[in-house]
Amino acid sequence: MKSSTHPQNTYIGGHVERVEDYRFLRGEGQYLDDISRPGQWHAAFLRSSLAHGTIRKIDASAALAMPGVHAVMTAADIEGNIPTIPFRRPNPTIGPYAQPIIAREKVRYFGEPIAMVLADTAELAEDALQHVVVEIDALPAVIERVHAMSDAVLIFEDTKTNIPTVFNAEKGDIEAAFAGAHYVIRDQFATQRQTALPMETRGLLAEWDAQLGQLTVSGAAKLPFFNRTTMANMMNLPEEAVDYIELDVGGGFGARGEFYPEDYLLALGARKFNRPIKWIEDRREHLMAIGHSREASCDVELAFSKEGVILGMRGDLYINIGAYVRPNGMTPVRNAAQFMSGPYRIPAIDLDAHAFVSNKTPAGTYRGPGRYEGCFFIERLMDQAAGALGIDRLELRRRNLLTHEEMPYPLATVLPSDGRAETQCDSGDHREPFETVVKESNWAEKAHLQGQLIDGRYHGMAIGSFIEGGASGPQENVRMQLEADGIVSLYAGSSAIGQGLETVLAQIAADYLELPMERIRVFHGSTTYLKQGWGSYGSRATVMGGNAVIDAAKKLLGEFRLHAAKRLGLAPEELTITEGVARAADGRSVPLVEVAKDGINVDGFFKNQTPTYTYGSAFAHVAVDPGTGHIEILDYVVADDVGRIINSMTLHGQVMGAAVQGFGSVFSEELVYNDEGQLLVGSLADYLIPLATDYPVVRCISLENYPSPTNPLGAKGAGEGGIIPVGGVVANAVANALSSLGVQPKILPLSPSRVWELIEDARARA
Amino acid sequence: MKLPHFEYEAPASLDEAVALLVAGDGSARPIAGGQSFVPVMAFRLAEPSMLVDLRNIPGLDKIEITDAGVRIGAMVRWRDVLDDARLVEALPLLPAAIDHVAHYQIRNRGTVGGSLAHADPAAEMPTIALTCDAVLEVVGSKGQRSVKAADLFMGPLMTSLESDEIITSVLLPAWPADRRWAFQEFARRRGDFALAGIALFYDEDASGAAHNVHIGAISVGDTPLRLAKAEAVLNGRKIDEAAIAEAAAAASAEVDPSGDIHASARYRKSLVGTLLSRALQGAANRKAK
Repeated sequence: MKSSTHPQNTYIGGHVERVEDYRFLRGEGQYLDDISRPGQWHAAFLRSSLAHGTIRKIDASAALAMPGVHAVMTAADIEGNIPTIPFRRPNPTIGPYAQPIIAREKVRYFGEPIAMVLADTAELAEDALQHVVVEIDALPAVIERVHAMSDAVLIFEDTKTNIPTVFNAEKGDIEAAFAGAHYVIRDQFATQRQTALPMETRGLLAEWDAQLGQLTVSGAAKLPFFNRTTMANMMNLPEEAVDYIELDVGGGFGARGEFYPEDYLLALGARKFNRPIKWIEDRREHLMAIGHSREASCDVELAFSKEGVILGMRGDLYINIGAYVRPNGMTPVRNAAQFMSGPYRIPAIDLDAHAFVSNKTPAGTYRGPGRYEGCFFIERLMDQAAGALGIDRLELRRRNLLTHEEMPYPLATVLPSDGRAETQCDSGDHREPFETVVKESNWAEKAHLQGQLIDGRYHGMAIGSFIEGGASGPQENVRMQLEADGIVSLYAGSSAIGQGLETVLAQIAADYLELPMERIRVFHGSTTYLKQGWGSYGSRATVMGGNAVIDAAKKLLGEFRLHAAKRLGLAPEELTITEGVARAADGRSVPLVEVAKDGINVDGFFKNQTPTYTYGSAFAHVAVDPGTGHIEILDYVVADDVGRIINSMTLHGQVMGAAVQGFGSVFSEELVYNDEGQLLVGSLADYLIPLATDYPVVRCISLENYPSPTNPLGAKGAGEGGIIPVGGVVANAVANALSSLGVQPKILPLSPSRVWELIEDARARA
Repeated sequence: MKLPHFEYEAPASLDEAVALLVAGDGSARPIAGGQSFVPVMAFRLAEPSMLVDLRNIPGLDKIEITDAGVRIGAMVRWRDVLDDARLVEALPLLPAAIDHVAHYQIRNRGTVGGSLAHADPAAEMPTIALTCDAVLEVVGSKGQRSVKAADLFMGPLMTSLESDEIITSVLLPAWPADRRWAFQEFARRRGDFALAGIALFYDEDASGAAHNVHIGAISVGDTPLRLAKAEAVLNGRKIDEAAIAEAAAAASAEVDPSGDIHASARYRKSLVGTLLSRALQGAANRKAK
């Protein structure tokens, strides 16, 4: 659907190949580990081997005596209070739970940094770790929800509770909704602790220029500008004295690029010793140190009328956020409460989302934060309710999916506010992707397979739906500069985390400038390019960055018009500009390259506090082997409406990648702790992410029937939606497959062992 | 996960290699493909003073097929096993099992001898050697000797070899053309360590009854296992539905696996029976040549 206000399209909406790929395929990508500086030292972090304890002694003398080891920094090297990492989304009660950048008196999770060794090589630094003696008196480890919420052991001795915040999502008259209900379903579910696992682990290179008083941090991702401000404040430097440099990034998914303790310690070391300091996280420490996510459980109810119309939803959600509240640690919690209603019309809501601390790695966001968890909960309730109400599962959804006529549709209000208390679905008709999936999956033809045992495997199917928030505010900035050779350099505040940002922004710039894409050169992410920028999170880069590009393109063409008119001695409005040439009525013309020497340089902005809501549905057809508990995905179809498709290839890449990442969530990825709070997962042989060959069948369908009214492009954020429905849809398909046994999966992941045990237990009951 | 410091030698003869191991006095280790032991070192679970790389020693990379059976050099890589078309006839159980070894990058480097010496109960080759009554040739400071696979595996990652002994080859005894066999393994992802696996073969007499039944199990004990009770159920019987069910129950009953983050003990116990039952069905249904 193309609006007449858009210029002639050539690139937007097209099947445009990623411009980044040439660089990557030729091995010319520049990742953090490709960068080294003369005289640099390498850092290694000594991390707590206990989940909870009091530090008695740290003795680094043996390590310091080793050749090539230069320093061992501990809390003792920091004067005054240990700085804590600031919150990106503050609320009134989380202050005491912030993470100190190094442990001084107490350790609160397995993997918490205690000391940083600086040495000539990474190997030497790691050797030296084994010679730092640390004595810790163990305290009782608080691992599980009931123990944590009992407050029997307070993780922060100066607080009165292990529950930093309870978010309440509220809407309508909940008492009346349940009082008038014909049927109420109530159940408990849980999703397991995971992490985003970018393939490139974290890493930074910190450099201090003593003469200029300048700190440069390479290896930025996600939100370089916020982190620069944070670093400048913590280091007591003016903002201009800190630069964050973005390199190629091997994935982010919400976890990479947040401000972590190591970021500060590396910068502190670089400044103290006036040496470049480099650190690459290894996979083992990655698993214990990068933000975890998704450890959620619930006890929730849905009230229905006799006709299967949802009247209300209430209950409690419990999120294990680990030992500290990290910069965006509360986002999954408040999101789970606000977005659990998903694509459904629910007039009354009362959900309490309890964030509790524990002696586990602190949590943060992971693609579709809170939404994946909430979608699993409500989709499981919907299928069980359909059975109890005697209404077809698809029909029950048709009666409750939001329609175009209801837009904008307000979701529940979430308090305490983190700045996003109220929100509303911006546009769309949720029945369209649903019916698209019903049709594309050949549901009607396959319906007879449901619950059938064929060649030793039970077949099952399900369809579920989701909404995805995007376009996180408040603003994005870009700068466009016309170069002497007629190339337009585009400097964007958005950052690239593997999503094809260079391609998408170049497409938009090329269309609005009416130039070939080859004449656009995109630079992004580093704080050296722009005074202010925001980055890439909350599915925002295409919408926020893309609309800022439009603003800059219009301004650049305006400058072109002025300068060309001057050369021709005409009034600006007498010129027509097409495809990089300003033309006068008398046939004279000025090409864009000719005004380059005038120094044309414009800033573009897009301000927007209103999120976009992509929405969609997904179908799964599974076969369950009752002997091994193995589940095969025979077919998977996902359709979403993204408002406006900028690049169908990168969009499908996002949706397909997210769906496969979701299969990892449903089947195999889990950060398992023992009762003492030790993480039992230390490598990728333990943490089982999907392999490229594991899930060959994922079909994506993209719709653009309802452009977002929130922005000139009409685009919606689309980086996360693919992962959101996977848990609910697959679990419902498994329940459908095993319906003859009465198996109802309520806990993820659906590992072979767990599925087999569900089957065995059901058989034993029968 | 950086490697600890170690010395490295790549001698050109077995004598030199053994001498280096002797000089290392227990802290030097031979290394072949490095696919298991190098990660162990990176995790700092082993810090040998020296790695004695066997790559330059000639004659360890041959697959020989004789009347006695299949002799496989210690430095033969998984890829070589899978590429050797003769094995499909000479010892079909072997390539069928090796097809489950890890991922192709690892199969390009990992070796038969290295896997036997590493003695991981979750690996395929140790169980194949045990199931097939293999005999290893080893050389050390006291000279050459033969070691039965049944006498090799002492515990997880533990063998009966001396610290100066190097495996040079393994002989898998000759395989009758009409022998029945099967291999079944289940892992969470293709190429991962098996949650359980079964390797088996048997011969049939004129009446169609099974004898010489050999059943090996992967990943359900501290070492590779032979399932003697399940074998006893089947020896002398026709492999029919009742025999299969009885053998599967016996197999589940005679193993005592432990649970871990990937699967419960209860599941693994059951899985052994499931896989044995599927393996026997496969073996019984396989068309005789």
